[in-house]
Amino acid sequence: MHLSTTRESMEFDVVIIGAGPAGLSAAIRLKQLNPTLSVVILEKGAEVGAHILSGAIIDPIGIDTLFPNWRKEEDHPFKTAVTQEHFLILGEKRAWKIPNMLIPGVMSNRGNFVVSLGGVCRWLAQKAERLGVEIYPGFAGIKMLYNAVGAVAGVATGDMGVRKDGSHGLNYTPGIELMGKYVLIGEGACGSLAKELIAHYALDRKSCPQKYGIGIKELWEVDPVRHRSGLILHSVGWPLDKRTTGGSFLYHMKNNKVSVGFVVHLDYRNPYLSPFEEFQRFKTHPTIRNVFIGAKRIAYGARALTEGGWQSVPKLVFPGGALVGCAAGFMNVPRIKGVHNAILSGITAGEHIALAIASGRAHDEIIGIEDSWRMGPIGRDLLPVRNLKPLWTKYGTKFGVILGGFDMWCHQLSGFSLFGTMQHKKTDAVMLDPSFMHDPIKYPSPDNILTFDRLSSIYLSGTHHRDDEPSHLLLKDKELQEKSELGVYSGPSTRYCPAAVYEWIEDGNSRRYVINAQNCIHCKTCDIKDPNKNIEWIPPEGRGGPLYFDM
Amino acid sequence: MKDAKQQTMEQKWQGDMKIIVGVKRVVDYNVKVRVKSDGSGIELTNVKMSMNPFDEIALEEAIRLREKGVATEVVAISIGSAISQETLRTALAMGADRAILVVDKRVLEPLEVAIVFRELVKVEAPNLVIFGKQAIDDDSNQTGQMLAGLLGWGQAAFASAMNVKNGEAIVEREVDAGVQTIAVRLPAVITADLRLNEPRYASLPNIMQARRKIIEEKTLSELGITYKPHIKVLKIEEPEARQPGIRVNSVAELVKRLRQEKNLL
Repeated sequence: MHLSTTRESMEFDVVIIGAGPAGLSAAIRLKQLNPTLSVVILEKGAEVGAHILSGAIIDPIGIDTLFPNWRKEEDHPFKTAVTQEHFLILGEKRAWKIPNMLIPGVMSNRGNFVVSLGGVCRWLAQKAERLGVEIYPGFAGIKMLYNAVGAVAGVATGDMGVRKDGSHGLNYTPGIELMGKYVLIGEGACGSLAKELIAHYALDRKSCPQKYGIGIKELWEVDPVRHRSGLILHSVGWPLDKRTTGGSFLYHMKNNKVSVGFVVHLDYRNPYLSPFEEFQRFKTHPTIRNVFIGAKRIAYGARALTEGGWQSVPKLVFPGGALVGCAAGFMNVPRIKGVHNAILSGITAGEHIALAIASGRAHDEIIGIEDSWRMGPIGRDLLPVRNLKPLWTKYGTKFGVILGGFDMWCHQLSGFSLFGTMQHKKTDAVMLDPSFMHDPIKYPSPDNILTFDRLSSIYLSGTHHRDDEPSHLLLKDKELQEKSELGVYSGPSTRYCPAAVYEWIEDGNSRRYVINAQNCIHCKTCDIKDPNKNIEWIPPEGRGGPLYFDM
Repeated sequence: MKDAKQQTMEQKWQGDMKIIVGVKRVVDYNVKVRVKSDGSGIELTNVKMSMNPFDEIALEEAIRLREKGVATEVVAISIGSAISQETLRTALAMGADRAILVVDKRVLEPLEVAIVFRELVKVEAPNLVIFGKQAIDDDSNQTGQMLAGLLGWGQAAFASAMNVKNGEAIVEREVDAGVQTIAVRLPAVITADLRLNEPRYASLPNIMQARRKIIEEKTLSELGITYKPHIKVLKIEEPEARQPGIRVNSVAELVKRLRQEKNLL
């Protein structure tokens, strides 16, 4: 972290970190309610959308609340309604389709839209700017600033032009302090400032540990004869073994684009598992591969997502601000959706903060945000599905999905759950087994037509970090990494990282740990899954990272 | 004895020195460029755009000359649709004093760009015009040279170091045989090479201020320009995909396969 001692300081009413759906919605709501408020958003990506990655299918409930008349507009990004959906259980050669009538009502995608979330964010950003919100892409918030009584008072941006050795380059530019009456954190899953705040104020004291998944996604341009706009497909099962949970999505978007991706839940046990390779294998399944005949892959990316749900959402508010969106963790696992809740949480935060500022308050804890989410639409979305993830983890795919489905039906019909509220007991990091308990997995080599390696993939993510900047992936204890990460777990970072950042290189008799931080696509999996919590992800210089255009 | 004209010229160097910098909005250099499926052009929808990196270097050099007290005003000029204002805002945030957008939605060819700048030079009367040596989207590398020709000015293309004093620009150019140093009498056109400098970051406060500045707008008809293009792009295609490599087990196998499959050796 590079902080200069003399920083310029600027005052705003509300400072928001992250131009994702949550942060943008909060800003929009604030300005809708009070156009005189000064609202600023910092975004670490080079432009709005550059670090946004999602499936995505959106439930329009959030957008309906924010802009009740959006359907009458012409330039909105919700052009592809879901027309047909399939839920498959995959075996190695076969696929079983679950009849839609057996699928719990909450999982239906009727009335939802297939979108590029990056496109949605660009659209929201335009709306926000028209309302007078100031959005500054290319600047990361790297440190919270506290006032004398211990409340959050603002955020510092990182210095630019720092060299690898920490010295100042010729074009060194110090970061600045953005002070606000309230600060909203919308960094997405496993945000670095959210982590700091959760620890600082012990916001997770009463919640279960947060659980995560890694979603890896590709965008394809397919042969028009194989394209069915609005068709969506989800699967569980193969290629994952029955103890490893996760699943796929495959969405036909407009203009012959197909968004395909794979989510592996990060509580997997086998350190030899590679989420990237599982995804590549998935595409070769006989019921999947035909979509890609004559097709071309045009984009690649990955991002961690929150999966803890109802039980894992920490306390949202702290003195001087709140967490919004997946920085708190509003993802609905069986629906594989969180954007609608992110938007709703932004709206709720915006409403409460506008009210607080109107009554002359600042830097205090807005408990109304905390009180309203569990009773409101977000709570109604997350409560009925709260046991699916724990059941799935506990009983594996075969029984977990059946039990989870049964539980959701039960909740749908009676309003009650068979299992009460099951708890998540462990973090994803400690779920990893020592490697002697598992056999190495032999993954097939890429054919460079349907399946690829990681280096050719990250090339498609447009990832860039300045050559000479300090590494933003901090290894806390070098010896521990060799003794444990390599010695006990056989180097899982070389497999879980979807951007080939981590390598153990043989160097004579010893092995050397190499961190290729310039490849990092900011998915944050290392920060979550390293068995010793020995790797810390901090924001690199602004603009660094992937350059997603339609992810 | 100096003639009157020369005397006023020298006074001018000691007084106001204005620099015009051309800045172009191009696809960001980190974007993996894709050809449209119908071959009609490059896919630009939702693609990140930025200031041409060589133009950023040109602008940086102009701003440094002003900061050294050599120049008094830096004017950034771009040609494009309204969205090119973004590029000019970046220029203002880096430190340009004024910005002018010549509004035109078409893709202009280098000669037309040079003509636009010739007309703007008539209006603005700069002593120096600096461009990037080329734009990274079409790699034409022609505009600076053409403008110098149209104006009858001296030029120094591919500058890797420069200094301005006494009405002259001393410019180093990296040529095949080493470094060539030339002196060019001003007014002149200089084009910037990669090693001329390392551009500064636009700081957040400067970006905020730049958003409030006014960007002047002009059109081709206001400048009295009618132009018939000389060039038509017929098609654009991607380079042929590289065949995946294979691993051989021995030198003997390598030689054998090169002979049999590639007819080499």
